[in-house]
Amino acid sequence: MNKWEDNKAWFLVIPVFLIVAVSAIIPLMTVVNYSIQDIFGPDNRIFVGIEWYQEALSDHRLHAAFQRQLLFSGLVLLIEIPLGILIALTMPKRGWGASLSLVLVALPLLIPWNVIGTIWIIFMRPDIGLLGSAINGLGIPFDHTAASLDAWVTVMLMEVWHWTPLVVLMAYAGLQAIPEAYFQAARIDGASAWSVFRYIQLPKMRGVLTIAILLRFMDSFLIYAEPFVLTGGGPGNSTTFLSIYLVKQAVGQFDLGPASAFSIIYFLIVLLACWIFYQALLKVGTGDKQ
Amino acid sequence: MKLQKRTVGLIIYFILLLLPIYWMLNMSLRTNSDILSMFTFYPHEPTIDNYIKIFTDKSWYSGYLNSLYYVSMNVAISLLTALPAAYAFSRYSFLGDKHLFFWLLTNRMAPPAVFLLPFFQLYSTFNLIDTHFAVALAHCLFNVPLAVWILEGFMSGVPREIDEMAYIDGYSFPRFFLTVFTPLIRTGIGVTAFFCFMFSWVELLLARTLTTTAAKPIAATMTRTVSASGLDWGLLAAAGILTIVPGALVIWFVRNHLAKGFALGRV
Repeated sequence: MNKWEDNKAWFLVIPVFLIVAVSAIIPLMTVVNYSIQDIFGPDNRIFVGIEWYQEALSDHRLHAAFQRQLLFSGLVLLIEIPLGILIALTMPKRGWGASLSLVLVALPLLIPWNVIGTIWIIFMRPDIGLLGSAINGLGIPFDHTAASLDAWVTVMLMEVWHWTPLVVLMAYAGLQAIPEAYFQAARIDGASAWSVFRYIQLPKMRGVLTIAILLRFMDSFLIYAEPFVLTGGGPGNSTTFLSIYLVKQAVGQFDLGPASAFSIIYFLIVLLACWIFYQALLKVGTGDKQ
Repeated sequence: MKLQKRTVGLIIYFILLLLPIYWMLNMSLRTNSDILSMFTFYPHEPTIDNYIKIFTDKSWYSGYLNSLYYVSMNVAISLLTALPAAYAFSRYSFLGDKHLFFWLLTNRMAPPAVFLLPFFQLYSTFNLIDTHFAVALAHCLFNVPLAVWILEGFMSGVPREIDEMAYIDGYSFPRFFLTVFTPLIRTGIGVTAFFCFMFSWVELLLARTLTTTAAKPIAATMTRTVSASGLDWGLLAAAGILTIVPGALVIWFVRNHLAKGFALGRV
């Protein structure tokens, strides 16, 4: 779609720019400032240049946490995006069924994140939790506090349970925004359900799915509260994701400089990955139109 | 037959989705010693003591009021600023538009842990600590970009001919925007309002850092139950159930906007 060229459109954007810039730029600059100093106290700082960055980049435990994080976010996207689209396609489009489905699907999203972790601790306990005792009842020993694999399964289950609804709501809203005329035309042409999905629904959902993929990627990459409450990063280090490692370093060792450098690197990784995703998704979109 | 299979699949999904929430409800109706001592599918001696405690203890229920207050403020600010901006991004090309659009989203990408300290310093400088406005403003950092992105997507789905026809018919920009355009993207506005509400409602780290008592959010109040004597699971579960209620009401009110969608024929 061609757009009108008019720099006066900036006036419509200024409020958003100001309100975001206030909270964004000053804290970011402060953290950059911390990251190049060794801080002993408010008046006792030494400029150390890129030392903290070098230290962070050669930290083996950080590499391990990064690999875990990549695997986790990759699995999250692979499971949640297709599942979310599938559920959105299945949900009733109108009537009381649509209202009920929307309310039900939104429920997990509305629970504060620390509470989600707590609920899943109880839910997965072998003695008093529903799922924990059900799995053990089937004869499979399952304990997320002892076995790494079980901890991973638990965190993934919780993550899929918690966040697939976001993809569902986005995809559902995208589907609802498709004018009925498109489907009528497809029906007249005798299009199959698959080609309706492939050539009408999927391209029309591109915008919302782009947001859903980017959101799920960045939020899962920054995930902290839920796995921290549920497993505390353990057993061992098996569910120590990047944020958990960062907080262990920042709070545990009280080292603001290295933690800041780590934060900046972390931020740049997310930024780069999102930019690549975004460019790729834009290209996919233009490919569809040809 | 095919339709029925789909419905069965959906019902199974909803049952799985509701199980942890049911378990929380189950726990909220029992005493702490009862929860820890035995496994049961439903409370044998249901008690509403946990709920009574929350509704009568000011330190508990004021948490809900504080959260509702700053969340509503945040949703209002986010929508009011994002609507015109999203229109600009979807209709106009202007200096730096693509970079600005992506920059907005980058504000969601910083790991919060280390950023909390400069946030606290910044809001202290403006004397905003422990006010609802501080939390509402801080949450704009991640909600305003999201609102712009979602709304832009829906606005780009509306053919530009509608704008052109309205301007030819002599509509001014504000009148066109309010009477013609906004009703067309109500699905998008409903979704956006819900997501802004949701992300602001569940966010804990910023809200906890920027408040002490007067504007303390419910999620922070709930961490109090993690004390030396262990968790009070029943109380925590009851508080958790109550945190779902306001959001469920919000989605109940926007459901019509979500479900009706985009009726092009009406213009």
